Amino acid sequence: MTKTILNVTGLTKNFGGIKAIDNVDLDIKPGEIVALIGPNGAGKTTFFNCLTGIYTPSSGDIVLCHPNSEKEIRLNGMKPNKITEQGMARTFQNIRLFPTMSVLENVMIGRHCRTHSLILGAIFRGSATRREEREIVDMSYEILIKVGLQKEVNEEARNLSYGAQRRLEIARALATEPFLLLLDEPAAGMNPNETEDLVGLIKTICGEGQSILLIEHDMKLVMSLSDRIFVMDYGKKIAQGTPEEVRANPAVIKAYLGEDVDA
Amino acid sequence: MFPVKELKRSFLISIWFSFLTFPIMVIKVDAIERVVSWRWENMFFIAFGSFFISILTKVYFLRKERRTGRKKVNRELTEAFMQRILREPRFLYPLSLAVLLFALLFPALFSTYQTNIMTTALMYVVLGLGLNVVVGVAGLLDLGYVAFYAVGAYSYALLNLYFDMGFWAVLPLGGLFAAFLGIMLGFPVLRLRGDYLAIVTLGFGEIIRLVLENWSAFSQGPSGIANIPRPGFFGMEMSFDSGIVYIYYIVVALVVFTIFVVNRLQDSRLGRAWLALREDEIACQAMGIDKTRTKLIAFSLGAFWAGLVGVIFAAKTTFVNPASFTFLESAIILSIVVLGGMGSIVGVIFGALILILMPEYLRALSEYRMLAFGGILVVMMVFKPDGIISNVRRSYRFKKQPAKDVIE
Ligand SMILES: Nc1ncnc2c1ncn2[C@@H]1O[C@H](COP(=O)(O)OP(=O)(O)O)[C@@H](O)[C@H]1O
Ligand SMILES: [Mg+2]
Repeated sequence: MTKTILNVTGLTKNFGGIKAIDNVDLDIKPGEIVALIGPNGAGKTTFFNCLTGIYTPSSGDIVLCHPNSEKEIRLNGMKPNKITEQGMARTFQNIRLFPTMSVLENVMIGRHCRTHSLILGAIFRGSATRREEREIVDMSYEILIKVGLQKEVNEEARNLSYGAQRRLEIARALATEPFLLLLDEPAAGMNPNETEDLVGLIKTICGEGQSILLIEHDMKLVMSLSDRIFVMDYGKKIAQGTPEEVRANPAVIKAYLGEDVDA
Repeated sequence: MFPVKELKRSFLISIWFSFLTFPIMVIKVDAIERVVSWRWENMFFIAFGSFFISILTKVYFLRKERRTGRKKVNRELTEAFMQRILREPRFLYPLSLAVLLFALLFPALFSTYQTNIMTTALMYVVLGLGLNVVVGVAGLLDLGYVAFYAVGAYSYALLNLYFDMGFWAVLPLGGLFAAFLGIMLGFPVLRLRGDYLAIVTLGFGEIIRLVLENWSAFSQGPSGIANIPRPGFFGMEMSFDSGIVYIYYIVVALVVFTIFVVNRLQDSRLGRAWLALREDEIACQAMGIDKTRTKLIAFSLGAFWAGLVGVIFAAKTTFVNPASFTFLESAIILSIVVLGGMGSIVGVIFGALILILMPEYLRALSEYRMLAFGGILVVMMVFKPDGIISNVRRSYRFKKQPAKDVIE
């Protein structure tokens, strides 16, 4: 039995009367790519928001465990920034970059939670602060090379193409040094070429030992990348398993109302 | 050609304006003679004035639209000219040196009266830069900034009154008191956003003023505190004139100090976090930024500078009373930030000098000061919403591939 780095049990989220998430379990092992799929409005984004502390779950447990440590951390009720510090970072379905900041600065913001200088450091700019600042710039630039945005370093984020903005979101999340990366529809709005680059990028990230939880509608991408798939519909988990198992699951086919799952 | 549709709209606008201003511009009731005079000619002026202004703005926008369609690049170049001067060290350093030299020679070149006015303007530069951190950089709309200014001023007045403390001892204390108050207020209030934050800070500003006005046993009420000593210079007695020059130099030093600190803050881990918070709070938190703490730091730092200037204000006028700290004062400082360019240090300096010196030198205008204020701000918001000099992000240069050596 390998260890789990993320263990969600009985997660429920109510908005007034409606149950956006209803008693969902999910677990992720180190190095895995796990996909979360389901029709629009199934509650996938809400699930992410509960994990990352943007919403407080109505009930259930979220437990995170660093791959190299035994300590289990319960995330319920933690602030989003604390959760990111634990090593879980995310991107947003509706892109949330800092539009008037430069591409590099967007990534540098991701380094915030791993660095320390404050007012006095900023004013006096001692050697420690200068070293830290250099480290932030260097590392951010390296990440930009990794996602292929090194040419746009000084461009304002809002001037990037849609696909580039999605990659910048990933870069920014990577800068927080997560061991678990949550991607909310990273391929949405991308053309086939960009999607192909994205698949490569996700594989690279995974190859470096990070785990990925992915929400995606592009079935070809999901089926080819994922180790395991969880399927949600109307807030409930209706299926889980390997791509083959899920593809053959009648409940899934029904949820997609005859949509061509193999497409 | 100018579209007929726009002509019709301008016509309607002018009619509407004449109607709106009818009660104040046309009817004049003479209470003594008990007659009403109808000044119809005013209505005529208003109608024509608004008609032409409306057409002029329309023409401006039409031409601007056409120009952006044709020569976008060219426009960007002219826009970038100012920015380039400000960014390139070989222009910026000599320029700042010249400005500093001018500032240092100012009392020698101009009269005491001018120096005194300049001192006031420079105090507003510091206030503007302080509020700029809060509003311009961190995006927290603080309408009660004057409260911290008042805390600084009263710190000096009261500590001097009760404990006989000197200017130099109180100067940092006044700043710290204000910063502390900023933290106390910030804790409950900074979880509010945008408009709500604005309203609460506005209320807070008024509360401080009302407390000072009504708690007579503590602050001597509306009559204020007089005979506050001017700053001492190693116990030397100074003539009135040299006192003014002395305060002028203190303020110049404060301006330089503030510019230095604010500049460094903006280009730091903290400054980036502030900017990011202004742009998207949720994304910020998801990236590991502690929202409350980062906002609190901005808020209390802004308050700190207001406190410092408050102490200097008390020392300069040798008299404080609550009437100096009305909402109008907050509004002026906010106008400086907005007019100058949110987040831009040079912009704020320009903004402060224009807004404070203009009414002083255009005496004829000073009666219409508020009107001019409003007018300028409206015009600015329409034509140049980023302020006189908008802030530019720092750009980084890298060698081709190896990311290790960064050229800064
Ligand atoms: N803040 C909210 N308040 C009320 N309802 C919400 C909120 N956020 C999401 N929902 C509801 O939860 C359901 C799931 O939405 P979402 O998680 O965005 O779906 P998905 O990402 O799977 O398309 C939707 O019915 C949506 O209306
Ligand atoms: Mg969604």
